[in-house]
Amino acid sequence: MIRFENVTKQYKSQHSPALRDVNVDIERGEFVFLVGPSGSGKTTFLRLCLKEDKPSEGTVWVAGKNVGKLSSWRVPHLRRQIGTVFQDFRLLPNKTVFENVAFALEVIGKPRGHIKTVVPEVLEMVGLDGKEKRFPHELSGGEQQRVAIARAFVNRPEILIADEPTGNLDPNTSIGIMKLLDRINRTGTTIVMATHDAQIVDQVRKRVVELADGIVVRDQARGVYGYAH
Amino acid sequence: MRARFVASEVWQGLRRNLTMTIALIITIAVSLALFGAGLLVRQQVSQMKGFWFDKVEVSIFLCTKNSQEASCNGPASEEEKAQLAADLEGMRPLVQDVYFETSEEAFTRFQEQFAGSPIADSATPEDLGESYRVKLSDPDQYSVITSAFSGRPGIERVDDQKQVLDKLFRLLDGLQVISMGIAIAMLIVTVLLVGNTMRLAAYSRRRETGIMRLVGASKFYIQLPFLLESVIAALIGAILAVAAIVGIKIMLVDRFLEPSFQFTPFVGWDTVWVVSAILIGIGVLLAALSAVFTLRRYLKV
Repeated sequence: MIRFENVTKQYKSQHSPALRDVNVDIERGEFVFLVGPSGSGKTTFLRLCLKEDKPSEGTVWVAGKNVGKLSSWRVPHLRRQIGTVFQDFRLLPNKTVFENVAFALEVIGKPRGHIKTVVPEVLEMVGLDGKEKRFPHELSGGEQQRVAIARAFVNRPEILIADEPTGNLDPNTSIGIMKLLDRINRTGTTIVMATHDAQIVDQVRKRVVELADGIVVRDQARGVYGYAH
Repeated sequence: MRARFVASEVWQGLRRNLTMTIALIITIAVSLALFGAGLLVRQQVSQMKGFWFDKVEVSIFLCTKNSQEASCNGPASEEEKAQLAADLEGMRPLVQDVYFETSEEAFTRFQEQFAGSPIADSATPEDLGESYRVKLSDPDQYSVITSAFSGRPGIERVDDQKQVLDKLFRLLDGLQVISMGIAIAMLIVTVLLVGNTMRLAAYSRRRETGIMRLVGASKFYIQLPFLLESVIAALIGAILAVAAIVGIKIMLVDRFLEPSFQFTPFVGWDTVWVVSAILIGIGVLLAALSAVFTLRRYLKV
């Protein structure tokens, strides 16, 4: 689903590359943790998947397409196949829960009737049924992140990218979010999650890719956050 | 394409930046009104030129007994007059019409012009003399007549009315250049202001546009609300400018200038409507172009 082949990313303003000769292959339906200290290249990895950046060298394949060679007018189509969730939720404060999720469908031109059936379904799935008319500031952090996940998932993407989705949440709420992501993963959606949360990585025991200074230093099938034993 | 969604985005955008929207509308209105006024003046001048140049005549005054000029030796003889008439006849089609004014006719006209003044009483028909009034098909070619006839025996002088009018039209041309210069400066200001407003709008809505990009909205969908906003502002501004132009036509031209200066024609409603269409077209086009160029820089996909 996502394949990095000898990918190097060099930002113009920095002298050492953000990613160095990275080779990672993520299969359809996998759940992968991307771990490593700040500045190790996790976010760059995710940005390359979304074509927010182009690789300096090497090839990035996402959903069967060579992302580096994708022409700019095809990029929106790529992004419709990828849902994205961030640490800071990125909800629109002046829109209700329903409107926030519906927004993602409206801006890609989905018909009104489709939105009216799909949005309540996904809100129920993330456990926010009954809160459709609330505004983001009326919700807890965990609930806000659920709205963000609903928005990312409402168009049933093949891939869900999460950049520290539990970074702003307390441990109990984080577990709830992890359970939700696990449910989404079990529908067949590939999930790549960058995280600092050692506890979660150790508990869930999924594949772990660790980056340090832009290099893949570990790729374990059922890994833990740090080097254990 | 979801028309209702785009419409609500546009409306929200216009309201959120209300002060900038108002500034934009007023600037567009003022600059377009100036530009339109410049176009009207231009049309007015060319209409006046057409009207007056049509009436311009070259006058060839024949010698009288009082003439002091070197070419004169007493009143012009019959042969000289006949030769002159034949020469003028030979200069068609440049010479369109020739009218011979006798001393009596000149005297009557003179009496009317200076009625009540002591000059009128002291003049006699012989003092005024005879003249040929020559109308040219192309008034700009008057020098042909001047060079052919001035200084010839029996001719006192050749007068060209166009030389007098030229001074007036040079003044009007100058005014026209100044008004157009101001209008163009204002249009440049408008383009820059539209660009700036779009930049602000793009910045104040970076959350929305950021999410739109992430969920895969097309460039067109992201930029359309901004583009429509600037076009709507331009359209409102242009309509205000048209109202100003119509106001000028009614208040200044129809109510004041036309009754006061009945000897010359003024711009009509057909010109006003053409200018209005130009204003709306230019306003919308400039706003759209400047928005597109700004958005390309500030709303990358």
